[in-house]
Amino acid sequence: MSEREQIRRPAKEREGEAVAEVAPAKQGEKLKADLDELLDEIDEVLETNAEEFVKSYVQKGGE
Amino acid sequence: MAIPKVCGIETEFGIFNPTAPEANPIQLSSLLVNAYVTGLNRPSAKVRWDFEDEHPGNDARGWHMGGSMPPEVETHLVNAVLTNGARFYVDHAHPEYSGPECRDAKSATLYDRAGDVVLRDAMAAARESLPPGQEIVVYRNNSDGKGNSYGTHENYLMDRAVPFTKVISSVIPFFVTRQVFCGAGKVGSELPGGPHCDFQLSQRADFFEEEVGLETTLKRPIVNTRDEPHADSTKYRRLHVIIGDANPSDVATFLKLGTTSIVLAMIEDGVMDPATVSLAQPIPALRVISRDLSLSATVEMTDGSRRSALDIQWEYFERATKWAQSHGLESVVEAVGTEVLARWESVLSGLESDPLSQAHIIDWVAKKRLVDGLRDRHSMSPGDPRLRVIDLQYHDIRPAKSLSLRAGLETMFTDEAIITAATEPPRETRAYFRGRCLQRFPAAVAAANWDSVVFDLGVDPLRRVPMLEPLKGTAEMVDTLLEGCTTPAELLARLGA
Repeated sequence: MSEREQIRRPAKEREGEAVAEVAPAKQGEKLKADLDELLDEIDEVLETNAEEFVKSYVQKGGE
Repeated sequence: MAIPKVCGIETEFGIFNPTAPEANPIQLSSLLVNAYVTGLNRPSAKVRWDFEDEHPGNDARGWHMGGSMPPEVETHLVNAVLTNGARFYVDHAHPEYSGPECRDAKSATLYDRAGDVVLRDAMAAARESLPPGQEIVVYRNNSDGKGNSYGTHENYLMDRAVPFTKVISSVIPFFVTRQVFCGAGKVGSELPGGPHCDFQLSQRADFFEEEVGLETTLKRPIVNTRDEPHADSTKYRRLHVIIGDANPSDVATFLKLGTTSIVLAMIEDGVMDPATVSLAQPIPALRVISRDLSLSATVEMTDGSRRSALDIQWEYFERATKWAQSHGLESVVEAVGTEVLARWESVLSGLESDPLSQAHIIDWVAKKRLVDGLRDRHSMSPGDPRLRVIDLQYHDIRPAKSLSLRAGLETMFTDEAIITAATEPPRETRAYFRGRCLQRFPAAVAAANWDSVVFDLGVDPLRRVPMLEPLKGTAEMVDTLLEGCTTPAELLARLGA
């Protein structure tokens, strides 16, 4: 256990680096808006007959 | 000293014909591969794979499996060598694209992406020989959601002098935990009798039952011992890694190849003492980690302590950083290794603070974001088949249908670079010689495989040019030679073959 703590950099130091790039709150809002737009697009391309489609996709054999 | 981590990925694609789902997958795969090599009149159309070098029953632990192994190689099925150095063929019931061997993780990622170009071209060519309105569709994934799995295998060149037992103990904890960043995500569980889950990190975790073994289709092992170096067997081994998922994400693919290359180089340099990362029960740990979306679950270590997957990954990362300082990154290519370390740290930090922050990098996070978003939007119950469609379609490689192409994933290559890589070989390995020979003298190349090219000059017996050194036959070494030869006979004469 002690060896691990020695070699691992303190969590604070790492978090500092990650947070420095994008403010989390802003990123959250943007993600949500992006997601709504993305889901609209996906609804359009998603296979329609889901049940039949999933049932018919069977893969035997491999590797 | 760690040797260069030459590497590459082989992908078996899921395949079906949506309008005729009962169609035989072997026939579909043959039709698809044939359509690519013949329909588009490619120079390599007649070049067959040479099976001289195939020994899938050889075990890295030092023995050979005889008659009890099913034949892995089906020589009657279509099998082609491409001008980019790849192999494109029918493996059992799937089309398989085996990218050429590459000098580093970045190049191997590019050539893996080029496989999608090959498969898209093949789908387009196949459409012409199918009844109107029908098409063959392939998926870059590893499971049909009904308990059937197919592989995405990585290959790494290793120094044969390193005892295989040492490799095994040092890579198992790494392979069990790397799914936190290279898992492709899966809706549901396929573990017979196992606890149910709505979503898990890995496509493949449900299918692994052993720690070490030769099998790839039954009782799959975390460490596969197939011993076919496809190179000088006195110097090299090829670590055949079968536990990975097919990653639509460029960065996840890059990280999978890059971090694994570094860990293997560290093992060769003797700095990867596995004592502190040794798992008490690797198979149960693999499943626990795959089902823990919070990334906070701990698994039991051999020393009795408990650690999380991220904690174990951090230890590998910290050791890698130290190793880079003490030994350098030449074995994984300096610039590439530096990028791997930076991205590895960034992804572990991001996962630790908020997995959703990695939705542009990590496939399971990107997929889960779509699954959760659509589930909430349409008030779907956990068993809704639409959730499985989202999973499947995430791996669709058709631009009109693919969800991963819409998910906002960071890309590492231009479209142009990927398209070029579908026909041009990598310059830094023997794949260059293989690919160039096919481009220059397609009529004279009778067959090829990973470690030789066989010429038929029409007069003498066939002549084999051996390529037992993966780093010989590079552009630097053979470009002048190839440019100076106008006929294949001249080339062979100058090679002394």
